[in-house]
Amino acid sequence: MLLTVLTFLPLLGAMLVAGLPSRNEKVLRGITVLVTAIVAVLGVVLYNGFDGADPAAQYVAQADWFQLGKIEVQYLLGVDGLSILLVTLTAALMPFVAAASGGHIKQRTREFLVWLLVMETGMMGVFLSLDVMLFYFFWEVSLVPLYFILGIWGAEKRIYATLKFFLYTLSGSLLMLVAVIAAVYGAESTSIVEMTAWASEQPLSVTGWLFAGFAIAFAIKVPVFPFHTWLADAHTQAPTAGSVILAGVLLKMGTYGLLRFGIAMFPAAAIEAAPVFMLLGAFGIVYGAFLAMAQTDVKRLIACSSVSHLGFVVMGMFALTAAGVRGSVLQMVNHGLSTGLLFLLFGALYERRHSRSIDQYGGLAACVPMFAFFWVFSMLASVGLPGLNGFVGEWLILLGTFQASPWIAAIAVTGVIFGAVYLLMVTRKLLFGPVVHEENRRLEDLKPIELAVVIPLCAACLWIGVAPGGPLGKMDGSVNELIQTLDGLREGDQSAQLNVEHEERAR
Amino acid sequence: MNSLWLIPALPFVGSVVCGILHALTLKARKANPEAHGPSALAGFVAMGAIGAACVFALQAFFAIRGDTTSVVSDPWAWIPIDGTNTANVAMLVDRLSGAMALVVTGVGLLIHVYASSYMKGDPGYAKFFAYLNLFVAMMLILILSSSLVGTFVGWEGVGLCSYLLIGFWYDKQDGWPAVAGQKAFVMNRIGDASFLLGMFLLFTQLGVGFDYSAINEAAASRAGGADNGMLALAALLLFGGACGKSAQLPLSTWLPDAMAGPTPVSALIHAATMVTSGIYLVIRLNPLYAMAPDVMYVIAVVGALTAFFAASSALVQRDLKGVLAYSTVSQLGYMFLALGTGAWVAALFHVITHAFFKALLFLGAGSVIHGMHEEQDMHKMGGLRRHMPRTFATFIAGAAALSGLPLLSGFFSKDEILAQVFLQGGPMYLLWGLGVVTAMLTAFYTWRMVALTFFGPERFDVDRVHPHESPPLMTVPLMILAVLSVIGGVMGLPHVVGHLFHVPHYLHDWLEPVTRAGDQILHRGPAPHLADSTEWLLLGFASLIAFAMAHRGFHTHKHGLIGEETMQAKHPAAAGVLSKAWGLDEAYQKAIVAPFKLLAVFIAVVIDQLGIDGAVNAVGRSAQAAGTKLKRFSDGSIAGYGLWMGAGAAVLALVLTWMGA
Repeated sequence: MLLTVLTFLPLLGAMLVAGLPSRNEKVLRGITVLVTAIVAVLGVVLYNGFDGADPAAQYVAQADWFQLGKIEVQYLLGVDGLSILLVTLTAALMPFVAAASGGHIKQRTREFLVWLLVMETGMMGVFLSLDVMLFYFFWEVSLVPLYFILGIWGAEKRIYATLKFFLYTLSGSLLMLVAVIAAVYGAESTSIVEMTAWASEQPLSVTGWLFAGFAIAFAIKVPVFPFHTWLADAHTQAPTAGSVILAGVLLKMGTYGLLRFGIAMFPAAAIEAAPVFMLLGAFGIVYGAFLAMAQTDVKRLIACSSVSHLGFVVMGMFALTAAGVRGSVLQMVNHGLSTGLLFLLFGALYERRHSRSIDQYGGLAACVPMFAFFWVFSMLASVGLPGLNGFVGEWLILLGTFQASPWIAAIAVTGVIFGAVYLLMVTRKLLFGPVVHEENRRLEDLKPIELAVVIPLCAACLWIGVAPGGPLGKMDGSVNELIQTLDGLREGDQSAQLNVEHEERAR
Repeated sequence: MNSLWLIPALPFVGSVVCGILHALTLKARKANPEAHGPSALAGFVAMGAIGAACVFALQAFFAIRGDTTSVVSDPWAWIPIDGTNTANVAMLVDRLSGAMALVVTGVGLLIHVYASSYMKGDPGYAKFFAYLNLFVAMMLILILSSSLVGTFVGWEGVGLCSYLLIGFWYDKQDGWPAVAGQKAFVMNRIGDASFLLGMFLLFTQLGVGFDYSAINEAAASRAGGADNGMLALAALLLFGGACGKSAQLPLSTWLPDAMAGPTPVSALIHAATMVTSGIYLVIRLNPLYAMAPDVMYVIAVVGALTAFFAASSALVQRDLKGVLAYSTVSQLGYMFLALGTGAWVAALFHVITHAFFKALLFLGAGSVIHGMHEEQDMHKMGGLRRHMPRTFATFIAGAAALSGLPLLSGFFSKDEILAQVFLQGGPMYLLWGLGVVTAMLTAFYTWRMVALTFFGPERFDVDRVHPHESPPLMTVPLMILAVLSVIGGVMGLPHVVGHLFHVPHYLHDWLEPVTRAGDQILHRGPAPHLADSTEWLLLGFASLIAFAMAHRGFHTHKHGLIGEETMQAKHPAAAGVLSKAWGLDEAYQKAIVAPFKLLAVFIAVVIDQLGIDGAVNAVGRSAQAAGTKLKRFSDGSIAGYGLWMGAGAAVLALVLTWMGA
């Protein structure tokens, strides 16, 4: 029941906002913030109630949905160790996004808020669905609101960016649909659990193709190199709220999908493909960092940094070690927080100066000290300073990758250096040096409402950085089960290989 | 002993309080730009926090004198790695970390007192102390952590504070300090990446987690084993981290630039404490290094080369702080040279004496710069001994210790290092020779600096600049440090000298529980020492060259710039190369930084925009073009549709027939 409320309360809120006679934007936004805040509280309740040691899905909500030939399609929601953190993150992030949108969404506010709420339903559904048809449904639902948010409230090149975003995501979705149909007809079930059981009995020739279909579909969404170019345009053109949701949650649908449908559903195929994906991840880390170094548009720079950070996430999960997977899931949350913060903060600046160009700034530390403090804080979280959240994720990912392949870890570790290069560079060019543009002297520092958004998110970064045991503990059961499955397969492989060698020797 | 957590926690709390004071000050300044707000309190808060930490450090220090050689706090289960392993952090005070903690809090306290006067009137007064206190907290975490992971927290933390404090005056000099801070952070990060890999390699190779005691034990148990290549590699990677933090070649170029920070910062972070972290790390892991002789050899070579490279660069610097910066790099090189020969005690001895005399010299330089209205160029100083007698007297004490004049602290610690290198014999004689040459250069540049600053004619505009002695809050710390610089050698008198007075080598005995395992592996027992006659000979030789070169350095420069000019004229090429520190920084700019920038632009523009995105857009365009062409087929003419339908049916029929056949 809790999960159903979490998923559909935002949709109810959307209807309310759409139907309310009041034209007062403050009232509409207030309702949106209230609804998302209730969802956030429920998210925290869920987080607290969730038992991390139990690998099974919890809080399951089940009902018959429709019949597809012989196959029973179900309304099936549940949360486990792989999804709990992302569900909580989504719930917790939305009220801040809604509250912060007041600064930059000045027209067609009602529509915007409706799309925002619909999107929350979509995202929640994606993370909570345990039925693949339901998953696909929510996946598509979450696509539409961002299309409008980008297209209507975006910046000057929004139409190009929107089209690109839509085409990319759609091609990914179609590929996924093919894979879903194939898998469902093979398994004769749409339940993820039953499909996983079916897949475990199939030969690699079958699961390999299915894995590839799912993996490419999600890789586009993440995005994994070379599918990343839609991201920079979408991020740059999106309004602040859009960028925050995009970085904070939507991209995680891709990485979550890779983990849930790529690795957990087809572990044998994942083992075969792991080196490729680890390398792609490591390559993405370095490639994204170099892209970021060359940018002069601050939002584009942050977008490129996302490519780099998501490289860590992909690499970590395909290390297929406990440390790697745990770090990877945690890093999904961390990236949502720290990159979300950077977008929020720069959004505040953009509202005042209407420029994304880095050379329009400089010396801001003297003009807007509070902004400078929180920017540096968020930047350090992103850089992976120990004591803040990013470090824990990166460290676990690098350790897990090192256990799987020291060489790939050695490539990836350069990301620690390059990350510092571009983030410190943009920070210096924004905040330090003399004030070059006189109008920057009159900039207003962060307003109370902006502080109310930024401070809790920074606190979350600090909390995860100092006491990561809490969130990491939530995934103990699920990750351990996954690793056991993987270990079983790897050992099976080894013993099979040994048998073959024995036989050959016997001959 | 959970009160150990208080040692780093107190400065941390102090930092937060100072930060809040800074925020309140900014608020007050909004109403009235001239207002000071509560910022003046920050100095007291910061000093109080360090002082309290110092008391707790002392308490812990006294707890480990007798049979108990270490005390440890409850661990904080920080990062659960997988089902079984957890990265724990606990505070551990043993003979090594106890001594270091005393240096950090003790010297730190003196520098805080000094800074409370030095920074007076700066608009960022409270912010400065917030950073400085945070630095001390991080440094203490670095030292006191019982595991590599905990040390890494402090390791990166001090790097952050260094970055913030170098860039403290980020709007001065066209933003140069901010650039220098960024450079320091990135250079440190290169080392940190190496540190991380070393840490992971130890984890996977030994499988005992990250605690130092477990790592050392496991490493020692493998001593003499056949294949320890991976452990040696781990030791080398960790040394890479040490190179970054302690500014050794090839990662040395950030430290001279770090002088852009306020002078108390240079004294505390870039001379006395943070830059010695690398030495601390190697001593902490001495059994691991002891079983990797090749790596130790690398360390010795890197140390000796760095010592010489930096000392020669210091010869011709005009910036007072520049001389001290290169001198610091050079002295750190000595410490690594010691570590490379297994002379752990000598390295720590030099860490401690260097903390005294180099902090003293930096603070003295700050006093000079302060009195000279922010002038740092020694060519524009001269004759200051008459104006600043107390600064002058204490500076002389520091200079004497640095140049290794007999009986001062630096003399004994440097001599012990050189004696240990000499003892190794073989190819180590070469490194010993390099060490001796470096010692000669050191004496020369030190006394050149003294002569140019305090002697000779006054080369500044007497009408405009009125040099003045600094207030007591600044000179009293100088005096205390001067006393320590003079007598500090007592803690580690050479064997032969100690015999005369029946005094043991206190530091050696103190540190024995820490270095026992390493010495056992290296020497199968306690570390040997030189024959008495050789030791006397070396002491005499060291005294001789120190006096000779100090004399030469002083007398060629005591009459002003004549000495400089004649040297410039005689060896213009050498002077040019040395003033640019062998051109290393420029080479990095040309060979690494510039190509990387170019590569970034190439990747972003050519590969990403034109290549990948170009291909994507081309697909989009061709789809559009195809659509435009195909449009013709659905033009609404029934006849056309009929024709194409017929054609399609025919093709289909053909295919089906063929497949059926």
